[in-house]
Amino acid sequence: MMMNMVQAINSALALEMDADGSVIVLGEDVGAAGGVFRVTNGLLDRFGADRVIDMPLSESLIVGMATGMAMAGLHPVAEVQFMGFSYLALNMIASHTARMRNRSRGAYAVPMVLRMPYGAGVKALEHHSESTEAMYVQVPGLKVVVPSTPREAKGLLTSSIRDPDPVIFLEPTRSYRLFKEEVEDGPFTLPLGKARMVQEGDDITVVGWGAMMPLVQEAVDATEGGGASCEVIDLRTLSPMDSEAVIRSVRKTGRAVIVQEAPMTCGVAAELIARISKKAFLSLEAPPERVTGPDITVPLPKGEKYYYISSDRIYEAIMRTMSF
Amino acid sequence: MLTDDFDPLKGRMLKILDQDGNVDESLAPPLDDAMLERAFRTMVLGRVADEKAVTLQRQGRLGAYPPNKGQEAASLGPAMAMDDGDWLVWAFRELAGLLWRGLPLDQYYLGWMGDEEGNRYDPRLRITPPAIPVASQYAYAVGLAYASRYRKENAVTFAFTGDGGTSEGDFHESLNAAGVFKLPMVFVVQNNQWAISLPRSRQTASETIAQKAVAYGIRGIQVDGNDVLAMYAASREAAEVARSGGGPTLIEAYTYRLGDHTTSDDARRYRLASEARKWEARDPLVRTMKLLRSRGILDDKNESMNESIWDEARQMVEDAVSRAEAFPAPALDDVFRYMYKDMPPCLEEQLNELKGKRP
Repeated sequence: MMMNMVQAINSALALEMDADGSVIVLGEDVGAAGGVFRVTNGLLDRFGADRVIDMPLSESLIVGMATGMAMAGLHPVAEVQFMGFSYLALNMIASHTARMRNRSRGAYAVPMVLRMPYGAGVKALEHHSESTEAMYVQVPGLKVVVPSTPREAKGLLTSSIRDPDPVIFLEPTRSYRLFKEEVEDGPFTLPLGKARMVQEGDDITVVGWGAMMPLVQEAVDATEGGGASCEVIDLRTLSPMDSEAVIRSVRKTGRAVIVQEAPMTCGVAAELIARISKKAFLSLEAPPERVTGPDITVPLPKGEKYYYISSDRIYEAIMRTMSF
Repeated sequence: MLTDDFDPLKGRMLKILDQDGNVDESLAPPLDDAMLERAFRTMVLGRVADEKAVTLQRQGRLGAYPPNKGQEAASLGPAMAMDDGDWLVWAFRELAGLLWRGLPLDQYYLGWMGDEEGNRYDPRLRITPPAIPVASQYAYAVGLAYASRYRKENAVTFAFTGDGGTSEGDFHESLNAAGVFKLPMVFVVQNNQWAISLPRSRQTASETIAQKAVAYGIRGIQVDGNDVLAMYAASREAAEVARSGGGPTLIEAYTYRLGDHTTSDDARRYRLASEARKWEARDPLVRTMKLLRSRGILDDKNESMNESIWDEARQMVEDAVSRAEAFPAPALDDVFRYMYKDMPPCLEEQLNELKGKRP
């Protein structure tokens, strides 16, 4: 069936809830309203208020409650309405959700998913455009997953719900309704911790994730006339990071451009480039480049264009690296 | 209902056993001699074990440690009111309650000696690991309670924090949500008058902590936290209410931290020694001993039983310390192995690098 990302995530949630009574959805406005982006639409009617829990406005408690439910063996899928509000729950995530398994030497596990829309480019209010995924990648014990297409979102979310460890699931707001693609009706999984080869090529490796992928594709398509053969990788799991897939590719192409919506300093791109430098140094034909947001607060809508990455910037970085 | 008779807005504190060992029989809970004796033994063991932990810390054999002295009844009373299957979500000053619920003392020591193995509790005990970010444990306690009810387990979740914890946002979010969902919970606040150096009066302008329950639409009661009978009676009633669908209760255990906040603290810097001396006269352990004497469980003419209780406790403590100290230190693999159920390749690579293996 043709689905956009919202429909695909909804389908994953409904199928997992249908198959497993321990899967419970909780968050603000996830019930009667069906979520602020309608991602949980229809779940309340189908599964009831005990399993689709409209929560008081308390992000820390939402994450903490999900953590306790998971410790008791349930599989909660919690939602925070925007990534910018997840900061209210940072202590819970970093101090308990991520640590409980190690703290108890495996006596307790936290098999939960924390979903949140992330990213700019949607002309939103302040706090609604964050892409600070590196903060979560820095917390040991978490997995961080970012889907880039509807089918990816369904398969990765299904895997995340079934995963034995806590997963931060970042949904690119900009891609929610950007396009539709064919997605299997039934349940299916895509592996966590494995990057996706989007397109094979010989001259340069272009890596991105989430909302950057359509822009990466646009830039790569534009290079075809210029004679660059691009290999495109969707990282899709930021933690654990499948840097091996990127390194393998760079050993072949000798060039790399990493595209990251988040601010530059200490981002995921920096980590990838450090790993490339260590493991593919002798294959490099040019310094690995990164195209990132600047180290500034995401501007409000009138100034957002200065922050947001364009496919032109990605195209220029590819061509610059090719002609080094 | 005790929560009606001791309405927190009327400023009455529930007291049953006074410091001379006298019992208000009109309020006394039905506890037989065997239960009372076991309670006393647990308090003695808790006291001896706690003092030993402080000594071990001074000798460099145990890490920073938060002493429990003077607060034994505040966790023991609630623990005595718990059923099998109930959750005990502790903070870090609830030793007597943990011992009553069956936590092996050597495991307790092992944790404070600095090994996560000490937190590998038998899941059947339903005790969560210690929680150091103050009051944050209340949030996952709400989740445990929700899960219990969802699975129709008829279990109650007992969650502990201190007076300082009531200022934290998680205290508010948790009591608020527990009230909304009418969860089977008992929130116990050990008001020991001091959050490190900050007195209770600087923690909140509320006259009592118990009265905060009113704003959450839940039951609340202020209890003499050094009175094991009162703590038990209030907890038992709260557990019955919770089990029958009546929602959560907030119990303020009015007690006192006779020791320092932790072994790294020096309480003389911020409070008067005379204050502590005043509270020593209200020692929950001495009070319980007097109760046992008046009930004839401990015989005045024959001190040997009391002595043997203390001797047994000392022996149990020595044995537990030996076992904890004999426990092998973690291997390198152990500090990596439990981060995820299955170790991701990039983590395995870091482990191998520390082992000196080239990738």
